[in-house]
Amino acid sequence: MDLTLTEKHRALRDEVNAFIARHRDRAPRLGGGRKRPDRKVLEWQALLLECGYFARNIPREYGGFGAPHDVTEMAIIADAFSRSGVSPGIHNQGISMLVPTLLEVGTEEQKRCWIGPTIRGEVIWCQGYSEPGSGSDLAAAHTRAAVEDGFFVINGQKIWTSSAHYADMMFLLCRTEPDKPKHAGLSYLLVPMNTPGIEVRPLRTMTGRAEFNETFFTDVRVPVDQIVMGRGDGWQVANITLKYERLLLGDANKLQHRLEAIRRMMQEPRPDGSRLLDCAEWRDRLLRLQGEVMAARYHNLRLLTDQAEGVDSSLARLIVKYHGTMLAHRLTSLAVDVLGSAGLAYEPQGEAAEDDPATTWHIDYMYDIGLIIGGGSSNIQKNIIGERGLGLPREPKAGGA
Amino acid sequence: MRFGLTEDQKLFDHSLRGFLSARLPLDVLRRLAEPGNGFDAELWKGLGELGLQAMLVPEEYGGAGLGLLDAALVAEALGFHAAPTPFAASQVMAVRALQAAADDVQRRIWIPRIAAGEIRIGVGLGGMSGQTGRTALRLQGGRLSGAVDGLLDGGAATHFLVYLADGRAALLDADATGITATLRRSVDRTRPLVDLDLAETPAVEVLEASNAPLQVAARVRHAGRVMLAADMLGAAQAMLDRAVAYAKERVQFGRVIGSFQGVKYMCADMATMLEPCRAMVWYAAYAQDAIPEEAAIAANHAKAHLAEVTREVARLATEVHGGMGFTDLLGLHFQFKRITFDRQVLGTPERCRHDAAMAQGWIGA
Repeated sequence: MDLTLTEKHRALRDEVNAFIARHRDRAPRLGGGRKRPDRKVLEWQALLLECGYFARNIPREYGGFGAPHDVTEMAIIADAFSRSGVSPGIHNQGISMLVPTLLEVGTEEQKRCWIGPTIRGEVIWCQGYSEPGSGSDLAAAHTRAAVEDGFFVINGQKIWTSSAHYADMMFLLCRTEPDKPKHAGLSYLLVPMNTPGIEVRPLRTMTGRAEFNETFFTDVRVPVDQIVMGRGDGWQVANITLKYERLLLGDANKLQHRLEAIRRMMQEPRPDGSRLLDCAEWRDRLLRLQGEVMAARYHNLRLLTDQAEGVDSSLARLIVKYHGTMLAHRLTSLAVDVLGSAGLAYEPQGEAAEDDPATTWHIDYMYDIGLIIGGGSSNIQKNIIGERGLGLPREPKAGGA
Repeated sequence: MRFGLTEDQKLFDHSLRGFLSARLPLDVLRRLAEPGNGFDAELWKGLGELGLQAMLVPEEYGGAGLGLLDAALVAEALGFHAAPTPFAASQVMAVRALQAAADDVQRRIWIPRIAAGEIRIGVGLGGMSGQTGRTALRLQGGRLSGAVDGLLDGGAATHFLVYLADGRAALLDADATGITATLRRSVDRTRPLVDLDLAETPAVEVLEASNAPLQVAARVRHAGRVMLAADMLGAAQAMLDRAVAYAKERVQFGRVIGSFQGVKYMCADMATMLEPCRAMVWYAAYAQDAIPEEAAIAANHAKAHLAEVTREVARLATEVHGGMGFTDLLGLHFQFKRITFDRQVLGTPERCRHDAAMAQGWIGA
């Protein structure tokens, strides 16, 4: 264990804090991520990339900052942004899931083509995984891609495709080898969303907004080189992406951001002049969550160290999604309680919604349940934790199949 | 920066666990726990040979000069095996107290004796740590009167270190005149509680070399809370491991019960709660030595959070074992009670969180 800050690290900390103090007015408000990045978001992203506060370890030739991997630097930067409540940059499926997948198994050409525009926020990705008939049983995907004249010709339907209505690209899991066994018949394709034959229909959720979509494919043609790894390797690639998705969904820095935001709310005087933080019951609720968020943050530092040293964290990694999403929902639960009856006014549509804290907390309060379900539901996570993490036997298959 | 253990720490942990596992099979643990004084001379000697008694003592006083993280690994291993031996108070809190508040002469006399395993010190912070029970002490002319309940590691102590409300501490000889030490077997038979009644008892030493005695006392309390957090982590990990092992072998309805999602999910829930606790304990221990500004908040939250998580793990792990978990036969209850004990001593979770709030200025003193 060595968390001492070297001269270089102290300098970085001072530099980041000075940057935040100087530029915080240029930062977009926190949250968002539910619509296409606007100019303010893109400019902030460009600034963060330029200074190396975003995509710090991604090689320069792919558009990153190219700094060597350093857990302390990552922690210093994340900490400075969460303490100050300033946006740490864009977190979307392309950046957090596709980019690390390409870095792991993409071709040189794919890395050069996609990583730069994705981390700049110019290219937005959506994820084509779930289907009406294959949700938790993801490998049962039916959407097919047959090969004709150098093209994959895709037919089928995807569901829960968040951001498909404004995305430029999709990473798509589909069946290209129908004669092979279930898991061996899939491929992972990169599909431009403006290809003819793609139809996106919004799917209104419990929040009252259409964060999700259904996506239909009718003879959608994509060149055969738009594939990550090879034909039949889709399950392997999809699982690499899922690994990053689950880490994203359980992100400890997001939890810390939320905790800090709630603390600030509780320190605000209410109309009668009192502060919730002065009330023992409310304070204890916040403190309990603070302890849990601390555990999640240090756990994350442990995982980052493992990752940097090439150690497989196994169980420690497998719990992150389940742990983080459940904790996130408990945080938003406290937030909506802090808002109380005055926070029930709810108009989720339109631009104004993003600027109304009460509305966005209530959206998150509901959306968090979506995140508990998505990316492999909590029950699927518990299967994985139990079977892969603890070595418990699988459930026997029904009918001996 | 590295967030993790060194190879040396892993090796030490491995040999300590090997030793405890060989020395404390269930039948031996039962026998050692019965008197309820939390001590066995042979075990104490063996642990001394492994370096446990001298680990925190600076090298100049004949110790190994290790840090609180090393001590937390020991506490975790002791909790895992429910070892009936003094450690948190006697080898950690007392050493830290003497280092921080004793004068030079006192340090030279007492610290090497701790390192040599010659003396064992029961520690009483009383109300200062949020413990329930009596706590009222007067020091007049070098003599101590009053009462303090619930000393930690007091079962076979040669000395007691008790805190006054102003943060000074008095070191007493366990055989001194005017001392009545009442040993109460606790629900956790591996660690007792000792209540002291003092009538004009001569103090061997008064630790008053510090000019901020309350702060020093707080640091001693934090070190103790981290040790108990680590102890809970170890005890809960043992319970989880055993629950998983049991779920893999117990057959009902023609299947091992671990293949039923109901049981599997209990195990997954335990692992999900407990695994992040490991990093939290490491951090809290490390912070005591290396990150002073985080030491209080990390220690308080670690003690509180571990108490909450391990209570759940203790229940769930017992449940996974079904009726057998409820029996005395499996001995699972040793760890259950270890967790029960750790939660209440040196401050309940509520008290620790309150202290965490104070440490970050959310409320005034």
